[in-house]
Amino acid sequence: MTLSRALPLAGFTALGATAAQAETLTVATVNNNDMVIMQGLTEAFEQAHPDIELDWVVLEENVLRQRLTTDIATGGGQFDVMTIGTYEVPIWAERGWLAPLDDLPADYRVDDLLQSVRDGLSQDGTLQALPFYAESSMMYYRKDLFEEAGITMPEQPTWPQVREWAGQLHDADQERYGICLRGKPGWGENMALATTMVNSFGGRWFDMDWNPQIDSPAWQEAIGFYVDLLNDFGPPGASSNGFNENLALFSRGNCAMWVDATSAAGKLFDTDESQVADALGFAPAPVAKTEKGSHWLWSWALAIPASSESKDAAREFITWATSEAYVNLVGEREGWTSVPPGTRKSTYENPNYQEAAPFAGFVLDAIQGADPTDATLEPSPYIGVQFVGIPEFQSIGTQVGQMVASALTGETSVEQALQAAQRATERTMKRAGYLD
Amino acid sequence: MNKTRTSGRTIGGLRTLSLQAPAVSLLFLWMIVPLAMTVWFSLQRYNLLMPGMTGFAGLENYEYLFTDPALWSAMGTTLLMVGWVLVITVVGGTLLAVLFQQEFFGQGIARVLAISPFFVMPTVSALVWKNMMMHPANGVLSWVAELFGLPAVDWFSSLPLTSIIIIVAWQWLPFALLILLTAMQSLDEDQVEAARMDGAGPIAIFFFITLPHLKRAISVVIMIEMIFLLTIFAEIFVTTSGGPGLATTNLAYLIYIRALLDFDVGMASAGGVVAIILANIVAIFLVRMVAKNLES
Repeated sequence: MTLSRALPLAGFTALGATAAQAETLTVATVNNNDMVIMQGLTEAFEQAHPDIELDWVVLEENVLRQRLTTDIATGGGQFDVMTIGTYEVPIWAERGWLAPLDDLPADYRVDDLLQSVRDGLSQDGTLQALPFYAESSMMYYRKDLFEEAGITMPEQPTWPQVREWAGQLHDADQERYGICLRGKPGWGENMALATTMVNSFGGRWFDMDWNPQIDSPAWQEAIGFYVDLLNDFGPPGASSNGFNENLALFSRGNCAMWVDATSAAGKLFDTDESQVADALGFAPAPVAKTEKGSHWLWSWALAIPASSESKDAAREFITWATSEAYVNLVGEREGWTSVPPGTRKSTYENPNYQEAAPFAGFVLDAIQGADPTDATLEPSPYIGVQFVGIPEFQSIGTQVGQMVASALTGETSVEQALQAAQRATERTMKRAGYLD
Repeated sequence: MNKTRTSGRTIGGLRTLSLQAPAVSLLFLWMIVPLAMTVWFSLQRYNLLMPGMTGFAGLENYEYLFTDPALWSAMGTTLLMVGWVLVITVVGGTLLAVLFQQEFFGQGIARVLAISPFFVMPTVSALVWKNMMMHPANGVLSWVAELFGLPAVDWFSSLPLTSIIIIVAWQWLPFALLILLTAMQSLDEDQVEAARMDGAGPIAIFFFITLPHLKRAISVVIMIEMIFLLTIFAEIFVTTSGGPGLATTNLAYLIYIRALLDFDVGMASAGGVVAIILANIVAIFLVRMVAKNLES
C-alpha cells in the first residue's frame, strides 16, 4: 500500500495518477437527443483524457431538476457536472452554488459564443456555465400538405392563420392532425409554449409591482385560443404530450404543423429519423398582437457545482463538450444535422453545416432575435421570455401548468383554471414576500 | 390465594416491563425522532431555494396550508381513492374467494394467476397500465373499444381518478382475495351441508353463512389496505403526475409537490403532520371497529 494509493484520489490527478486511478466525474444530464449523443462520445473523451472517467446520470428533465436542486441546496455533492438551463444559472450563481468559469483556455474561444446565449449564462460578465446547445422556438410544417391545399406560408405566420390552416389540414380518420402542441404540464413543458403565446397576445406574468396577471384578458384570450385549437385540431391525448412525444408524432407524419423548439430541426431533417424530412418546411413561430416574446430563448448548459471535489477535471470535460472541436466531432461522426446548435458563431459559419442544415439561418435569427430583458408588450419586472427569472417560478409555473392542462382536458373551464392559477400564484408571491 | 396472585402479577408486570423496556424505548425513539423533526420543520420557514429566508415561522405554514384549496381537494381525492378501492377490492375479493373455493380443473394455476398482480411493483404495473392498457392510440382497452365500434377513451385525461382507482384496485384485489380465500378454507362444511338440507339456496348460504364467517377477515383486509392506500404515490407519479389540474393529487402527492417541486420543506412538513393526524383518526376508528368485530 503506497502512500499515493492511500490518499484520496480526488484532486491528485495532477500528481500523475495512472489510468487505474482515474478520476471519476459524475455527470448529470437530460435525456434529450443531443445529450444522448454526448454520452455516446464518452469514449472519445476518455481516450483524450486517460485520467478521467465519466459516470453518467441521465434523467427526464423534471426529475433531473428535482435531483439537482435538492442535491445542490442541501450541499449533497453527488455531481461534478450538472446540466442546467438558462433559468437556473443566474439564480444558482447568485447563491454561490456554481463554480465561476473565468480564465477559460484561449483555444476555447469564448468570443465565438453567441452573445444572447452568453449573456444568459453570465453573472457580472463572468460565465457560470457553458452552453451545450441553445434553442428558440419556431414552426415546422408539412410543405406537401400545404401545397395540396394551396396554402402559401407567409414570412411571418399569425395564430389565427395557423388555426385556419389546421382546420383545413386536419383529418382525424387518417390519423393526421392539424397541429401538434405541447400539453404536458410543467413550467418547462406546456408553459414554455403557452407563455410565448401569452406574450404574443399582449400578456405578461406580472405587472411592475409583481401582481400576477394570469386572469387578465390577454391570458384568457391566449389560453382560450390554445385550448380550442388543440381540442379542435390536435391529436388525442394532447395533455400528456411533451416535446419528445410531439417530435415522435411529427416525424411519423401525424401532424401538419408543430410549434416547438428549434433544436428539433436537425432530427426532423434527418432522413433516418424522420419520415417527413423531404417535405419539411420552416417558419418563424406564429404571432398574434405583437412579435415580442413570440419565440423563446433557452439553452442547456454545463455547470460545475461549487460542491464538486473534481473541479479541474470537470472543467476539462465541460470545455471539451461545448467546444468547436466537439461540434466538428459530432458533425463527422453523427452527421452535420446532429450537431448541438445555437451556441457558436463558428457552427453557423461552417460550410458543412450550412449545406446540411437549410434551417440554420432561421434558428440563428430566432435565437438572436429573442430578448429575455424585453419580451412583453407591457413592461414587466422580470427577465426571461418563456419563464420568470425568480426562484418561485418553478413552483408557480408547474402549478399553473397543471391548471392549463386541466383546462385542456375539459376538467375545468379556461376561466376557472386561470382564476385558480391566479389565486395560487398570489398566495405563492405573498408567501415569498413580493406582495403585502 | 388472591393476594399472592395479585402480588405475583405486579411483580411479574414489573419484571416483564424491565425486560421489555429496551425494545419498547428503541421503537419509541424510532417513531418520535422523525415525528419531532417533522413537527419542528413544520414550524420553520425553510425553503431550499431561499437559503437566506430561514427562521421560526410559528403557525404560518399551517395557515397557508389550511387556506390552500389544494389541501382540501387533496383530502377529498385521498378519501375517494381509498373508499372506492376498498369497495372494489372487498366486494370483488369476496366474490372471487367464493369462486375459487369451488373445485374445478386447473384450480391451483387459476389461483396463482389471480393472486400474481399483487407481486408486481407499483411503478411497473402503473407503467404497464399507462402504456399497454390505457394508451389512447395503442392500448388494449382502445383496441377493445374499437372492436365494438366505440371511440377510444383517453383515460388519463378524461377519467384520471377513475383510471388511478382501476390500477390500484387491480393491485390490491389479489391481496383481499388471498386473505379471504384463506378464511374460506376454515368454513365449516357441515354447517353448509346442514343449511342445504334445510333447503337454503346458494344465495342464502352466501349471505347467512359465508359472509358472517368472513366478517373478521374482511375487517382485517379493510384495516391493512386502508393503511397502505392512504399513501398511494407511485401509481400517480408514473401516470398522471397528480393532474390534470389537481384531479389525482392525493395528500401524499401534495406533500411531494411541496417538498420536491416547490422545495418548500416547511410547508411539506406541515402537510406531513396533517397526514399523520388524518391517518391516526382513520386508524383509531378502524381499530375500534375491528376490535368490536373480533370480540363478537
